[in-house]
Amino acid sequence: MIEYRLDRRSGVPTYQQIVQQTKHALRLGALQPGDRLPTAREVVERTAVNPNTVLKAYRELEREGLVAPRPGLGTFVLRSLSRPETAEDGPLRAQLTAWVDGARQAGLDREDITALVASVLDQRFESGVGPAERTTLDKGKQ
Amino acid sequence: MTAATSEPLALEAKDLGWSYRKDQWAVRHCDFAVPTGRICGVVGPNGAGKSTLFGLAARLFTPSEGQLRVLGTPVSTPATPELRARVAHVTQEKPLYRTFTVADTLRLGRELNPDWDEATAQRVVELGELSPTARIGRLSGGQRSRVALALALGKRAELLLLDEPFADLDPLARHDLTGLLLAQATEHGTTVVISSHLIGELEDVVDHVVLVQSGRVRLAGELDELLDGHCLVNGLADAGRPAGSVIEWRVTGRQATGLVRTAEPEALAQEWDANRPRLEELLLAYLRNPAGAGPDSASTDRRPTTSEVAA
Repeated sequence: MIEYRLDRRSGVPTYQQIVQQTKHALRLGALQPGDRLPTAREVVERTAVNPNTVLKAYRELEREGLVAPRPGLGTFVLRSLSRPETAEDGPLRAQLTAWVDGARQAGLDREDITALVASVLDQRFESGVGPAERTTLDKGKQ
Repeated sequence: MTAATSEPLALEAKDLGWSYRKDQWAVRHCDFAVPTGRICGVVGPNGAGKSTLFGLAARLFTPSEGQLRVLGTPVSTPATPELRARVAHVTQEKPLYRTFTVADTLRLGRELNPDWDEATAQRVVELGELSPTARIGRLSGGQRSRVALALALGKRAELLLLDEPFADLDPLARHDLTGLLLAQATEHGTTVVISSHLIGELEDVVDHVVLVQSGRVRLAGELDELLDGHCLVNGLADAGRPAGSVIEWRVTGRQATGLVRTAEPEALAQEWDANRPRLEELLLAYLRNPAGAGPDSASTDRRPTTSEVAA
């Protein structure tokens, strides 16, 4: 079961915070297929937000195919967002760990690294260069 | 508002007015509708007429003109016990028997209300760690508010009229009781009409808003529609005023900011830096500009004859 922590001052609409925190739990494996989300009543009682906000978030998660309501029983997780590639012993995580160690040795602190990563992410995701195309470009260079 | 026309209404006011003396109007020309199942926030300055509207809805007094329907029945018809059971009203004064203990008070609720929900009433009291043997007269204001809410929630009414229920409660108690209130409303489909000055805290709680100012309903409707229908606008002062109904316009040096009511926020955003307001920003802009263009600006000449209206 997931417990939502809603921040009224974050500027992110409350229903989106619920969507994001649910997805985060799905990525981390804290929520897994078959798990039940808390009922609207349970969320409302703990967070003191309007029930429609919770229902709107659940509808969004449903639209994305992540959860499904079962009448009279609740809303259940359909699929996980956790990726084996991101697991503790996965190769991508090992590469990233090595890269972060290198950045620290080069004198970057935590904020420098966060900013650099965010900047590269923005560049790679907004330039329209998909990972498949990039692979072919790399191959072309070789 | 489009959805509201077909839904059953918990409250429906048409040209509603109440005068406490000849030509002294606490509220007048009020039009609004609250569909059932809504969590409706009633906001406005002190003395705007909010408590008068609550009192009219609770049949404490009868309209001087116009009409008010509560759960479909005009308040001008005599109240039957069945009608009384469907509505719970917590006034700002929270009238309770001072010599009763907390347990006595809950027993009173149990004896007087056939559908009494003992578990919920007990929960409200226990969350506040109130001793059942404590006398009401010895409790703090916040603790009395809690007992009054326990009675209102225990009654299992279809419509809860809560006039400043949380005013003297600490932040944790407000959060817990708001959560409990919303949970009850979610489970039973209760309509909750709640007034509060803590408009920042209302944003996530309500889905419907009625703004009362100087005895008039200045703004009323679904929260999302109201927020979608307004823009916070930023720009250069010499660019003139934006199209639409300008609620507030403030010029500081070369910069101008304001709140605009518009049906076409996208069109506005092409020329201005325009953002959807938060509820607090929307309400404060209206409250700062009592003479601004309201929902029915044609009626601004019909303002109440006195500013000294009952709270």
